[in-house]
Amino acid sequence: MSLLTDLINLNLSETTDKIIAEYIWIGGSGLDIRSKARTLPGPVSDPSELPKWNYDGSSTGQAPGEDSEVIIYPQAIFKDPFRRGNNILVMCDCYTPAGEPIPTNKRYNAAKIFSNPAVVAEEPWYGIEQEYTLLQKDVNWPLGWPVGGFPGPQGPYYCSAGADKAFGRDIVDAHYKACLYAGINISGINGEVMPGQWEFQVGPSVGISAGDQIWIARYILERITEIAGVVLSFDPKPIQGDWNGAGAHTNYSTKSMRDDGGYKVIKSAIEKLGKRHKEHIAAYGEGNERRLTGRHETADINTFLWGVANRGASIRVGRETEQNGKGYFEDRRPASNMDPYVVTSMIAETTILWKP
Amino acid sequence: MSLLTDLINLNLSDSTEKIIAEYIWIGGSGMDMRSKARTLPGPVTDPSKLPKWNYDGSSTGQAPGEDSEVILYPQAIFKDPFRRGNNILVMCDCYTPAGEPIPTNKRFNAAKIFSHPDVAAEEPWYGLEQEYTLLQKDVKWPLGWPVGGFPGPQGPYYCAAGADKAFGRDIVDSHYKACLYAGINVSGINGEVMPGQWEFQVGPTVGISAGDELWVARYILERITEIAGVVLTFDPKPIPGDWNGAGAHTNYSTKSMRNDGGYEIIKKAIEKLGKRHKEHISAYGEGNERRLTGRHETADINTFSWGVANRGASIRVGRETEKNGKGYFEDRRPASNMDPYVVTSMIAETTILWNP
Repeated sequence: MSLLTDLINLNLSETTDKIIAEYIWIGGSGLDIRSKARTLPGPVSDPSELPKWNYDGSSTGQAPGEDSEVIIYPQAIFKDPFRRGNNILVMCDCYTPAGEPIPTNKRYNAAKIFSNPAVVAEEPWYGIEQEYTLLQKDVNWPLGWPVGGFPGPQGPYYCSAGADKAFGRDIVDAHYKACLYAGINISGINGEVMPGQWEFQVGPSVGISAGDQIWIARYILERITEIAGVVLSFDPKPIQGDWNGAGAHTNYSTKSMRDDGGYKVIKSAIEKLGKRHKEHIAAYGEGNERRLTGRHETADINTFLWGVANRGASIRVGRETEQNGKGYFEDRRPASNMDPYVVTSMIAETTILWKP
Repeated sequence: MSLLTDLINLNLSDSTEKIIAEYIWIGGSGMDMRSKARTLPGPVTDPSKLPKWNYDGSSTGQAPGEDSEVILYPQAIFKDPFRRGNNILVMCDCYTPAGEPIPTNKRFNAAKIFSHPDVAAEEPWYGLEQEYTLLQKDVKWPLGWPVGGFPGPQGPYYCAAGADKAFGRDIVDSHYKACLYAGINVSGINGEVMPGQWEFQVGPTVGISAGDELWVARYILERITEIAGVVLTFDPKPIPGDWNGAGAHTNYSTKSMRNDGGYEIIKKAIEKLGKRHKEHISAYGEGNERRLTGRHETADINTFSWGVANRGASIRVGRETEKNGKGYFEDRRPASNMDPYVVTSMIAETTILWNP
């Protein structure tokens, strides 16, 4: 097998200027990530210099067979941690041949919101905490759990080490380094409350790049779990009962919130979010009603409440922000399967552009 | 095993000028690839400087036992990705001792067509999309499929990542780099609609080199699957039922098609191909009738149709070509087990030389 590894790890820079670009896009379910690779004549660092491409939309539920081409526009470049050298990953979004964004293209609208002058002026920062669960292949039961049974109750697992407490750390650590190599702004990782569940955080990133970076980080994670022979799940409540769900808590601040007097701006922003609770919840991920029960460190899906250091609230403000009178807040409502383009732009839209 | 790998990876350039040349040819079935190696006194980059050789044709169904020598003429050189250093792969074709091409030598005729002045003037370019299926050794069931059963239906697998969706990526990725290293013009790869099925593309290549490059790419793939302990198949419909077949879509253009006004030339060429549909189909691969059913993104074998962006047609013209008024088109009829020498030269012959 190491002969195969020798070939996979060939450093092509020694024999050719050509590079390989992996174009990545979001498929018809809004959560399935697809990709394919092409050879380019030389290194590229600017997305605008990459050619547009196309794929068979009839195979991803995004176009009919008799008019199957969906066009992908390169939007962001990252270094490829698998092929390394000058090879790249390219985050794309999807358009019809006529140049219209297809219905599943959520980035387009988000980019419009983020280029609104009022939003640009506020420099919105995001820190997204992506939780996820690792499952054993074929049985689809969480990694480390006995097949046909359950591990001991939650308590010992959060941030733990040990063969009886932490399952899949090699995936998590490989992912951490691979993302940093790729140029993704990963700020940290931790083992979660439910065994087999982990979290990584991306941020702070500005505007549209928060979404780009989360999607590429998700792609890299799926590639790594593929190598490890483990199945990745972003389901918000993978196991019923007394087991935590998986969320994508979204930390947020604007320039005004980060400056002196920011705490007042934070409170008005939270008030506005409270007035659009139902609209946000509808866009915060499928199946979230199974997770937002009011138990397991969530707020009930029908309730909007906020509090300092309160993990049972919809929105939590950190003690440090309260103390300094400025900072950021955490929207704890989004599910792990949320679309970061939708969530980040919606928070910006409601808090900066929307008037009650 | 690493002691063996150390020996396999010995860099001979440190101790000798000698190189190893792997002579590759096509055997009696027209699909089986054969090869053997010889030592040469020093590096060679020009095929005409390589010695002719011979092999035992009675062991490949290409000669009788009492007159078994088949002569190999070197035609193209590629760098050897397995032995690396100055070692080479040599694509050959087969002749009788009297200098006549043997019946299974399809390259000879293709080379004649490609050296015809009218064809040479049109600089025919080819992009070949080679699909193939990976099978588990011994059981000959697709890689990643449960033995005795089936995976979930098609939908999630096309261009996907994940341990439950992509099977055999290490083979595909090592093949990509190995071919680029070898000097083969691989333009891309992608995971296909049926799980365990993949595709790589070779091109654009001019004239006879399309066939040479595809055959050597197939050889490299078979060597890599051998290392991986997985069986390679080019069968056009490996699994009957609601599972895609495997094709070798052939993208084609001539100088006239690539220039302004090319779209008219393209339409005329497609018209000519329509008039010789039966002849082409009979040369486009054995067993194609199991694949060209009119379902699973194919056109029925008895029907000739063409359309823009239509994956259910015999010939598909891309949206960009239609928009620009020039470009290329895709013949979707060839099966994965087609002979690229036959298909590429036949398309050139029909569209450039043949008159109805």
